[in-house]
Amino acid sequence: MTDPVIRISNMNKWFGTFHVLRDINLQVAAGEKIVICGPSGSGKSTLIRCLNRLEHHQEGHIEVEGVSLDGSMKNLESIRSNVGMVFQQFNLFPHMSVLENCTLAPIWVKQKTKQEAEALARQFLERVRIPDQADKYPGQLSGGQQQRVAIARALCMNPDIMLFDEPTSALDPEMIKEVLDVMVELAEDGMTMLCVTHEMGFARQVADRVIFMDEGEIVEENEPEAFFSNPQNERTKMFLSQVLSH
Amino acid sequence: MSAQTWSPKPARPAPANTVGFVGWARENLFATKLDTALTLLCVTLIVYTLEVVFGWAIIDASFSGEDRKACLKQVQGACWPFIDAKLGQFIYGRYPEMERWRVDWVFAIGALGLVPLLMPKVGWKRANVIFMLGFYPLFCFFMLTGGVFGLTPVDTTDWGGLLVTLVVAITGIVGSLPLGILLALGRRSELPIVRALCVAFIEIFRGVPLITVLFMASVMLPLFLPDGVNFDKLVRCLIGVALFSSAYMAEVVRGGLQAIPKGQYEAAAALGLGYWKTTRLIILPQALKLVIPGIVNTFIGLFKDTTLVLIVGLFDLLGIVQLHFTDSSWATPETHITGYAFAAFVFWVFCFAMSRYSIFMENHLSTDRDKES
Amino acid sequence: MRSWLNRDALLQAIVLLAVVAGMVWLVGNVQSNLERQNINSGFGFLSERAGFGINQTLIDYTEDDSFGRVVVVGLLNTLLVSVLGIFFATLLGFSLGVARLSRNWLISKIAMVYIEIFRNVPLLLQIMFWYFGVLRNLPSPRQALSIGEAMFVSNRGVVVPWLEAGAGAVWYGVAFAGVLAGGFWLRRRALKMKLNTGQASRVWRPLALLTLALFAVAALLAGVPFTLDVPYLKGFNFRGGLTVIPEFVALLLALSLYTAAFIAEIVRAGINAVDKGQREASAALGLPESLALRLVVIPQALRVIIPPLTSQYLNLTKNSSLAVAIAYPDIVSVLAGTTLSQVGQAVEIIFVTMMIYLSLSLLTSWAMNRYNQRMALVGNAS
Repeated sequence: MTDPVIRISNMNKWFGTFHVLRDINLQVAAGEKIVICGPSGSGKSTLIRCLNRLEHHQEGHIEVEGVSLDGSMKNLESIRSNVGMVFQQFNLFPHMSVLENCTLAPIWVKQKTKQEAEALARQFLERVRIPDQADKYPGQLSGGQQQRVAIARALCMNPDIMLFDEPTSALDPEMIKEVLDVMVELAEDGMTMLCVTHEMGFARQVADRVIFMDEGEIVEENEPEAFFSNPQNERTKMFLSQVLSH
Repeated sequence: MSAQTWSPKPARPAPANTVGFVGWARENLFATKLDTALTLLCVTLIVYTLEVVFGWAIIDASFSGEDRKACLKQVQGACWPFIDAKLGQFIYGRYPEMERWRVDWVFAIGALGLVPLLMPKVGWKRANVIFMLGFYPLFCFFMLTGGVFGLTPVDTTDWGGLLVTLVVAITGIVGSLPLGILLALGRRSELPIVRALCVAFIEIFRGVPLITVLFMASVMLPLFLPDGVNFDKLVRCLIGVALFSSAYMAEVVRGGLQAIPKGQYEAAAALGLGYWKTTRLIILPQALKLVIPGIVNTFIGLFKDTTLVLIVGLFDLLGIVQLHFTDSSWATPETHITGYAFAAFVFWVFCFAMSRYSIFMENHLSTDRDKES
Repeated sequence: MRSWLNRDALLQAIVLLAVVAGMVWLVGNVQSNLERQNINSGFGFLSERAGFGINQTLIDYTEDDSFGRVVVVGLLNTLLVSVLGIFFATLLGFSLGVARLSRNWLISKIAMVYIEIFRNVPLLLQIMFWYFGVLRNLPSPRQALSIGEAMFVSNRGVVVPWLEAGAGAVWYGVAFAGVLAGGFWLRRRALKMKLNTGQASRVWRPLALLTLALFAVAALLAGVPFTLDVPYLKGFNFRGGLTVIPEFVALLLALSLYTAAFIAEIVRAGINAVDKGQREASAALGLPESLALRLVVIPQALRVIIPPLTSQYLNLTKNSSLAVAIAYPDIVSVLAGTTLSQVGQAVEIIFVTMMIYLSLSLLTSWAMNRYNQRMALVGNAS
């Protein structure tokens, strides 16, 4: 196994007095695809938001690509530009066209020229199958299209790791597939992915490991085959029976 | 194969320095070096301000005395005896001392009617509105002007102080509400002439300063009326203020009308209701409830604007305070500041209370809506 | 359907008739009243000699000038106090609005206390407080507070040193305009270069060089056409320098402090209206905080801020008419005050005053509608 790109050890986080993440230990190898599931409030979103330091942990250690995340770090921006993130609510910039959304960070963070950035953006928009929407504004697109733009926007930074925070939860059912298809392709290309989602089909198809969280801790983690067919833990069984029954 | 049972790890308390007062202070006062410096700067600023204000208002202030001599210390703060001596004037103006009980009754009945009206939980709203808009104005009119029921007539030129402030503000708002509703309906009307007239009225009055409207009311209005017909100055100002605020009220009401979903109109039409019935029974009750915060905010603006009547020679609270600065028996270097501080405090209490009420109603209405949806 | 149409037409005809009849009645009354009181009508008075002095004039004016020139002087004074008021209110209001959102609890609370105090006290009271309570209570010129023996504060106002411009000063004006234009051009060039080559280009150093060069050329062409005019006390008042009258100071101070409280609330609401996810998305892309603010947050906040901000600017301009209470010679004060009392033609004078404000308002709302239409073209996500 290659060196892990993400290393979390004994990490704890509180929101005020509420203990949201409890003694988290996790290592992710390059190219690994991890799906994180669990009931709402289990801390799964908070966990991946700690990985690009949108949330700060109070105890323990997080290391991303060999750089330790803590209050004293100086190059937070460079870590963030190597870790792409896709949000539940898309969070596209409504005052910019699709193309401008995608070229913003390459131009201002990676110092690319406008021409290079646009070529890159068009390439990724092609890859998420919306090359013809480049000049529209986010408000003119469907939810599924917006989420695919958000994926393209993150990819334009050529990240090594992609974080997905419930990318399909805010979508109408018929749009979920178009987003998942893009994510499956991305996985097939070898991207390191951490994905919070309830799409169990997606987990079966692409995940190397599935992690189940509850009450702020990792209850169980296993390869998808074993995880779904033979969960070790009662709590996991109960959750799976509820998620898979509909 | 037996599954493992799982019980969550017990939650541990957060590290001591991230919770409680210490955690709060670290987060909100001393997060970075810059924050610490700013916090210290702010503390200095606050201490200095409090020192100045308390020093002036309490430590160096005079509290009793009959005339200016009480307020001529070496280091002199506020001259509170001035306020004490003039308080009657500030509230009633030159309203005859023997008759001031009438004003008190007007205040008391007004408060008695207003308090339950403002509390959303208290019922009888319809009866209360009819009382406040129907009976109460007549009551005020007869009580304050007199000349009937054996009450001595009191000329409006003798009214002053808080009485005038409240009369102008309340008449302004009560007068502007119906006119504003009509203008708002007119502006949304499908009849082009009606709409054009309403738009012109609204935009003209919103486009000019109140003071020009007051000048118009006090100087031009007499010219507009036939020879021999004349109102007194207070009434002329009331008309000016009501016209002026009705334009603003119209825009507030229009906001409420626009917020009513189209389905409401369609449902009413399906029931066979005509325009006026739809408006009166379905649309207005909902729209007006929505814009209560907006109406209160308009009223706050109007309440502050009542001070402008002093420019055309009426004596509202500020006007009467200003007038009494000329009293030579109270001429001290601190009289002005003390008088303004008093007037500012009174206005502030009214306006601040109303703005809090407006925020309260906004939250109340939005939770109401959440419950309905 | 038909009967409705007829009823509508009838209703409109009645309304129109009522309005016209009312107008005719009012105009008739005015005419008979004016005749009876022997008041002239028409705008002939505008070319008559005014015969009164004005204590602050931006253009040359003497008592022998006409009432027409009085209108211009008053209007300029209104515009002066409004423009400066808008400038200071915006500066203070934006600072307060940002302070209100500060992570630092104390700063946020101080801003809140300021806002709640200043917007809940009538503006007129604040104007009178500054004028009668503070500025008129200052010592007389002989005991004036002196700042470095060059600037004096007394109950006659603030006297500051002033550069007296001679012939050739226009070259310095040209140089200044050149610096401004150069600054804009350099910024645009820097952005273009950034987009085309990815390289940042220098802005400040070339701008400094340009400034030096342009002013050196101006100095070569015109020498130094300025003389410093430092005020000094002579008799009971100051000579020389530039005197800022206390009426102006009080009005400007009150307008700025009062309007700033409202602007602060608008700015706060505008920034709050930008979804938290926008900052998070910018951060996740690796944009530093300052760039996220400049490229993502502020452009979106401004769209929410600008319409109500414009109406505050308009309010400030209309509120400057309270000048009449402390006799600052604005348009209302000189026209609806002094001129009206001399000429007595209330109808014409109030009409002119109102029309001036009305045209300012309509012009602004026209510009605002244009802006809103342009913004509506650019798609808006929910």
